[in-house]
Amino acid sequence: MGIEGYLLVSTLLFGIGVFGFMARRNAILMLISIELMFNAVNLSLVAFNAYLPPDANTGAVFALMIMAVAAAEVTVGLALVIAIIRTRQTPEVDQYSDLKE
Amino acid sequence: MAVVTLRNIIHSAVAMMICFGSLAGMYALLGAPIVAAAQVLIYLGAISVLILFAIMLTQAGDANLPAPFHRQLPIAAVVALAIIGLVGWAVVQTDWGLAAEAATAAVDDIAIALFTDFALPFEIISLLILVAIIGAIYLARRPEEDERAN
Repeated sequence: MGIEGYLLVSTLLFGIGVFGFMARRNAILMLISIELMFNAVNLSLVAFNAYLPPDANTGAVFALMIMAVAAAEVTVGLALVIAIIRTRQTPEVDQYSDLKE
Repeated sequence: MAVVTLRNIIHSAVAMMICFGSLAGMYALLGAPIVAAAQVLIYLGAISVLILFAIMLTQAGDANLPAPFHRQLPIAAVVALAIIGLVGWAVVQTDWGLAAEAATAAVDDIAIALFTDFALPFEIISLLILVAIIGAIYLARRPEEDERAN
């Protein structure tokens, strides 16, 4: 399996993430879909790093940094979701319509 | 695929963990063992547990599971299929013309790169994580404790 296989898997994973983010109604599941998209990008970065190696392994370093940023993002995101759920008593995003007239 | 289609959100979270684990295997196949180890530690270890805790905190009882999908489901399916089709077509059509063998990224090379060429982003990321931790604690704190402290 060459680089195409890894890139196709990455594309599929990204598409599934996009679909989950747009189609699901649960706020936590939307966060999970964002994580799937992060992972798809990470996979393509590592695949490119393995098959056309630049100087100093830039792809792997980028993947590690994306992981750290994703961890920070999911921490803040889950805290926000829990704070919203505590006041709204529901995780369904289409019931957060207080600002709508 | 099961991650976004299952009705029960705990089942989707477990499917997500399986997906992360197989991705760690793929990183190991691609000759990046340090990325695979970080994947297992951060995603399988930290983020999955965090998400599972959030699900357990927010789900009182799953006696009546609501419909999982938004009404914009068809649009979402069309957009996702368009993205998969376009990018997949681009991947298949492009002649990459490069090594058929995966190169191995040695751990010490990555460490040297991380602390020489990428030292400034590394430090900025540590600052970002500190800010994220403080923000998360502030957001998740209960308002009653806030008033009691005053």
